Amino acid sequence: MSQLLVQERDIVIPGEALAEGLDYLPGENAYREENKIYSKVLGLVSLANRVIKLTPLSGPYIPREGDKIIGCVFDITMSGWRIDTGTAYPAMLNVKDSTNRFVRRNEDLSKILSVGDYLVVKIVQVTSQRLIDVVMKEPGLYKLTDGRIIKIHNQKVPRVIGKQGSMITLIKDKTGCSITVGQNGLIWMKGTPEAELLAEKAIRLIEKKSHEDGLTDKVSLFLDENKVNENGL
Amino acid sequence: MKMVYKKRLDGRKFNELREMEAQAGVIPNADGSARFVIGKTQALVAVYGPREVHPKFLQNPKRGILRCYYSMMPFSGSGERIRPGTSRRAQEISMVMNKALEPVVDLSEFPNSAVDVFVQLPQTDAGTRCAAISAASIALADAGIPMKDMVSAVAVGEVDGTVLADLNYDEEAYDGVVSDIPVAMTHNSKEITLLQMDGEVSKEQLMKALEMAKEATEKVYEVQMKALKEKFRTQEK
Repeated sequence: MSQLLVQERDIVIPGEALAEGLDYLPGENAYREENKIYSKVLGLVSLANRVIKLTPLSGPYIPREGDKIIGCVFDITMSGWRIDTGTAYPAMLNVKDSTNRFVRRNEDLSKILSVGDYLVVKIVQVTSQRLIDVVMKEPGLYKLTDGRIIKIHNQKVPRVIGKQGSMITLIKDKTGCSITVGQNGLIWMKGTPEAELLAEKAIRLIEKKSHEDGLTDKVSLFLDENKVNENGL
Repeated sequence: MKMVYKKRLDGRKFNELREMEAQAGVIPNADGSARFVIGKTQALVAVYGPREVHPKFLQNPKRGILRCYYSMMPFSGSGERIRPGTSRRAQEISMVMNKALEPVVDLSEFPNSAVDVFVQLPQTDAGTRCAAISAASIALADAGIPMKDMVSAVAVGEVDGTVLADLNYDEEAYDGVVSDIPVAMTHNSKEITLLQMDGEVSKEQLMKALEMAKEATEKVYEVQMKALKEKFRTQEK
């Protein structure tokens, strides 16, 4: 008797009925009430056998274990630093997870990291109350000392990175910038001033056209065209 | 002498709403936003959050809190300048808006945080709290806040013995027995999340008016749904 009321990749709004009957199961961002399944967010439908789940089209960044993010130190405590993650919840970076060098007992922690420093860190734990623990003692995690930081919407991060990093590699290669993308939507880049500007433009282009097909080719074309102009000047 | 209100002042049918228009994502800086127009009444809503709660004592470790701020712009009325900032009336409407939206918004995933909903009305012609709620519902969905359902609101009422939907200012100020009943309803369960009244009405007429509100909110819902799907459909292409 069960009936599906939507199709794969349909856009649904909160409270929209997705399926009728008990043969279907509510997945992420969906819920069941009596014998119907409803949507809980504005999102895209994706079906996996009998499970209906929704990919949100908008919404805040939700911190998850293992995510690499870019944050800003905003406070110093007895045992570490408090880091602004761009969400409603600050993260905690402990001294022992921050550096390999020896830290004396009464050392002033602002000598190591001070307020206003931007860091690339990894989330190692998130509690039910959204207390976040981060570390900076792994390869690829460090304090940012120069370059520029831009912010994009966190839902667009997967498009900026691309499949297996194809998009970000393309931008790095064509502009010669070093780029780090945080899952929270903060992007750090460093290169010549012109290259940084070009990389930012390319990222803004991805942000604007994030739903289009063949985006990698378009970005590649965009970067090539602008490269020529720069050399011509 | 008892007059009977047979024909509406603006020529609408008794259950006909004023022309509606809605858009999502009109304020790029906000996390979610919407514009909702019904007749001459316009509501603009910006949603921010979930973000940190200040002042801290308001935060709830079990779930996030929702805060609404309703405000009419100084030039929004049809004559006198309205003093900007909050007033007794604005505070009340902020509070009832909050209560109208809270039952559908699910902030259990965001403890100790707040979602702020700011409503501004650039132009008003009765039915502002309903326009504000309908717009806020779109903006919250646009901000990606988990919601069980959409809330649609519309005013119904009785003017000189006739039950009507969506009164405009002229009807509210009609010389006779007038009742103005703003109603907000969820879409699926048709639960009433806001019910207020100004004036007087008999029990029978009230029930009739609420039946009418059911149909009327449905029409508002259609507009809300279209606005949200439109925004993301254009992105898709």
